[in-house]
Amino acid sequence: MKQATLRVFRGDSNSGQTVDYRVPVAPGMVVLDALHYIQGHLAPDLAVRWNCKAGKCGSCSAEVNGRPRLTCKTRMDDLPQDQPITVLPMKSFPRIKDLVTDVSWNYRVNRKIPPFQPREGVEWKISQLDVDRVQEFRKCIECFLCQNVCHVLREHDKKEQFAGPRFFVRVAGLEMHPLDGLSRAGLLKDQLGLGYCNITKCCTEVCPEEIHITDNAIIPLKERVVDEFYDPLTKLFRKMRGV
Amino acid sequence: MTANYETREHDVLIIGAGGAGLRAAIEALAQGASVGVVCKSLLGKAHTVMAEGGIAAAMANVDAADSWKTHFRDTMRGGKLLNNWRMAQLHAQESPDRVRELEQWGALFDRTESGDILQRAFGGHTFKRLCHVGDRTGLEMIRTLQDRGVQQGIDVYMECTSTRLLTDNGRVAGAFAYWRENGRFIVFKAKSIVIATGGIGKAWRVTSNSWEYTGDGMALAYEAGAELMDMEFVQFHPTGMVWPPGVQGILVTEAVRGEGGILRNKAGERFMEKYDPKRMELSTRDVVARSIYTEVKKGRGTEHGGAYLDISHKPAEYVKKKLPSMYHQFKELADVDITKGPMEVGPTCHYVMGGIRVDAETAQSTVPGLFAAGEAAAGLHGANRLGGNSLSDLLVFGRRAGLAAAQHAKRSSTPSVDNAQIEQAEKELLAPFSNSGTESPYAVHRDLQEVMQNLVGIFRTDEDLKKALAELAKLKSRAAKLSVEGSRLFNPGWHLSYDLKAMLIVSEAVTHSALARTESRGAHSRIDHPSVDPVWEKKHNVIIRESGGMSRRELPIEPMPEELKQILAAESD
Ligand SMILES: Cc1cc2nc3c(=O)[nH]c(=O)nc-3n(C[C@H](O)[C@H](O)[C@H](O)COP(=O)(O)OP(=O)(O)OC[C@H]3O[C@@H](n4cnc5c(N)ncnc54)[C@H](O)[C@@H]3O)c2cc1C
Ligand code: SF4
Ligand code: SF4
Ligand code: FES
Repeated sequence: MKQATLRVFRGDSNSGQTVDYRVPVAPGMVVLDALHYIQGHLAPDLAVRWNCKAGKCGSCSAEVNGRPRLTCKTRMDDLPQDQPITVLPMKSFPRIKDLVTDVSWNYRVNRKIPPFQPREGVEWKISQLDVDRVQEFRKCIECFLCQNVCHVLREHDKKEQFAGPRFFVRVAGLEMHPLDGLSRAGLLKDQLGLGYCNITKCCTEVCPEEIHITDNAIIPLKERVVDEFYDPLTKLFRKMRGV
Repeated sequence: MTANYETREHDVLIIGAGGAGLRAAIEALAQGASVGVVCKSLLGKAHTVMAEGGIAAAMANVDAADSWKTHFRDTMRGGKLLNNWRMAQLHAQESPDRVRELEQWGALFDRTESGDILQRAFGGHTFKRLCHVGDRTGLEMIRTLQDRGVQQGIDVYMECTSTRLLTDNGRVAGAFAYWRENGRFIVFKAKSIVIATGGIGKAWRVTSNSWEYTGDGMALAYEAGAELMDMEFVQFHPTGMVWPPGVQGILVTEAVRGEGGILRNKAGERFMEKYDPKRMELSTRDVVARSIYTEVKKGRGTEHGGAYLDISHKPAEYVKKKLPSMYHQFKELADVDITKGPMEVGPTCHYVMGGIRVDAETAQSTVPGLFAAGEAAAGLHGANRLGGNSLSDLLVFGRRAGLAAAQHAKRSSTPSVDNAQIEQAEKELLAPFSNSGTESPYAVHRDLQEVMQNLVGIFRTDEDLKKALAELAKLKSRAAKLSVEGSRLFNPGWHLSYDLKAMLIVSEAVTHSALARTESRGAHSRIDHPSVDPVWEKKHNVIIRESGGMSRRELPIEPMPEELKQILAAESD
C-alpha cells in the first residue's frame, strides 16, 4: 500500500514540536482517517476533535499544509505525497494539546447576541424566498475556521473588541430573519466591533459551507449600521416599510 | 482523603446536550429549576447536528388528511406493535406543537407555497410528514435549542464525561465526571438526573455514528439499577456509503428516497418490487436494509458490495437544492456527482430502538429521580423506528423529562453523596494508568466491532449469538487489563478505555436479548426463526444488573385501550 508522512504538531500550551508519522494511504482517505490511524497504531494519546466525519459538525478544524480546513473533508490524494503533510492546530486560539485548541471564547461572544424576537402579532407565514436568503447564514457549522484566519483575531488578537466573522454571520441570520423585530445595529457597532473588519474576504475563502460571509453578511450589516446611526432618513424609511 | 475534585450542585442535571438533553434543559429551567448540562463534545456537536431528513409531525400542511391518529398508526405498525402505545400516542399528539415552538424560537424550515412549514415523504409514513430544512434539519434544530437554552441560563459543562451515577439509598444523588481537557474530576450533586446520551452504534464496525455513541448513558443507568428494555432492536439504516473505504458507513439520508431516489442492483433491476411492491423504496428501514443485504449476498451487488441509489433523473438544480449536503458529500468524498449518476449504498448501523425503560408520561426510569429521553430511552419505536420519528421524539419526551425532573426536584430534599462511591469511581477511571496489562483500548475496540458486526448484525442465529457472548466475555477480561500512554491531558486513548466499558455492557445486553427473542420482528431478524411469533408480540426483554452479573427478564406488554385499538385497526381516518 502507498504510504504518506504526516507531520503533526504534538505538544501543549507551553511547548511542542512536530512529529513525523508514516501512514498507509487507502483510496479516498481523508486527513482525519490518517490521524485516526496514528491514534490507533502509533500515538494513542494524540488529541484530535471530531464527530461526524462528514463535514456536518465543524469539530475537526486544523491547518493542513498551511491551509485552514476540515480534516474530514481534506482528501489525502489532493495533497502532494512526496513531501510530509503538515497538520497544525488552529493558530488563533490557545493550544490545549496537539490539534485541540481552546475555542471557549467563541461561546462567550455568542452569549452577547440577543436571540430571535418575533415582531408583535406576526402570522407565522414565510415565503421560501425569504427562507432561502437566511438559510445561507444558518448553514454555519461553527468550525471557527473563519475566526482562525481573520487577521483582526489572528494577527491583532482583538478578541475583546471584535466578535469575528462567525458571529457576523449569526447576527445576519437574525437580522434578516423575516419575522425578527429587534435591531442589533448598536451591538454590532459598539460591542461586536464590526468596524474593525476591512473586507479582506479571507474568511469567505476558507468557509467550508461556502457562505458568502463578506458579501452577504458583513457588507449588508455594515450598511445597516450606517443607516441606523448615520442616516436617520433611511432608517425612518426602513421602519415604515417594516424591514 | 482530601477532595480530588470540584463539586457543583443543581436541582436537575442533564447528561447529554443533543436535542433531547437541550429540550429537557429548557423545560426544567422554565419550571424554575437550576439546570446543569454535561456533554462529551463541544456544545452543538452532538449527533442531533447530523440529522438530515426531517422531523415527523402530523401538521397536515401538505397532506390535509394527516392527523395524529395516522401518525400513531404508522409508528405502531412500523414498530411491529412492540411500541409503548402510550408513548406513541403522546408523540403523535404533541409533536406538531413542539415543531411550532421551534419555529417560535427562531428555526426556519422550508416552506409550502402558502408560507407554511413544508413536509416531505419518508419511509413508513402514510402522508408527507417530515418538516425539514433541505437535508440539514438537525443543525437547524440543535442551534435553535442551544441558543435558546444558553440565553435562558443553563450552565453547560462541555467536554466533560460522566462515568458514574451516585446514589443515595436507591435514589439518584448525583454524577461523577471528568474534564476531557485536563483529566480533572468533578462531582455533581443533583436531585434529578436526565440521561440524554444517545445511542450505541460505535460498537459496530460499519456505522453512521460518531465516537460519542458508546452507550454511556445506558451503562450508567444499568449500573445504578435501572432496566434496559428491547435492546435487541438495533436499526441498520439501508443506505450508508460503501466506497471509498474511509467513508464506509457514513449516512446517505432517507430523504434521497423521499425525494424520489430509486434503488437498483447490478443488473439494473428495481429490486424493491420483489420485497415490498406497494411501498417500494419507501418501505420501512428494516425491510429495505434486509433487501439490499440479500441482493448483495446473492451476488447482485455493485462493485463495492452495495446497491445503486439513483436520484439523477430529477433536475440537477432540484437535487442540489433539496439534498445539498448529499451532493457535496459524494462529490468531495467519493468523486461521484449524484445529479449525473447513481450512488453506491449499503446498510450501516444507525440507531438503537432499545434503551432505558421509562414511564410514558414522565420519562422516569425505575430508579427514583433518574429520567431518560431521546435515543437513550426505550419504548416509542418498538421493533423498528420510522425515519423522522427520532427528532420529534427528542422534542416531545425531552420536554416531558425536563418537566418531570424539575417537579421531582421540587418535591425532594437534597440527597447526600457517598464518598466511597466517588473514590471507587476515581480509582476505576485511573486504573489504566497503573495497570500492569498491555492491552491497547483501540485494539480491543476494533475487535469488539468485528464481533458485533459479524455475529450480531442484520441477520442473526442462535449459534452466532452464543459465539458472540463467549467473545464478549473474552473482550471483557482484556478490557480489565487496558493500559494507556501519556498524561491525563486531553488523552483520547484514556477516554476510550471508559467508553469501552460502556460499549461492552450494552453489547452484552443486545446479544442476550437477541438470543432470547426466538422470532423475527422489525429490525431483529433471526435466520433460525424467520417469522413473527405471536407470543413474543406480547412481551419485552428487560436487562437488569444483579449481584451475579447481567440478567434478563420478560415483561408483559400492557393491553392497549379500546379506542387506540380501533385507530390501529382502521385503514384511514
Ligand atoms: C447521520 C444521521 C442522520 C440522522 N437523521 C435523522 C433524521 O433526519 N430524522 C430523525 O428523526 N432522526 C435522524 N437521526 C437520528 C437522530 O439524529 C438521533 O437519534 C438523535 O439526534 C439523538 O438525539 P439525542 O438527543 O438522544 O442524543 P445526541 O444528539 O446524540 O446527544 C447525546 C449527547 O450526550 C452526550 N453524552 C454521551 N455520553 C456522555 C457521557 N458519558 N457524559 C456526558 N455526556 C455524554 C453527548 O456528548 C451528546 O451531547 C440521524 C442520525 C444520524 C447519525
Ligand atoms: S473580511 Fe473582515 S471578518 Fe472576514 S477575514 Fe477580512 S477582516 Fe476578517
Ligand atoms: S461561517 Fe463558515 S467558516 Fe465560519 S464558522 Fe461558520 S462554517 Fe465555519
Ligand atoms: S468531523 Fe464533523 S466536520 Fe469534520
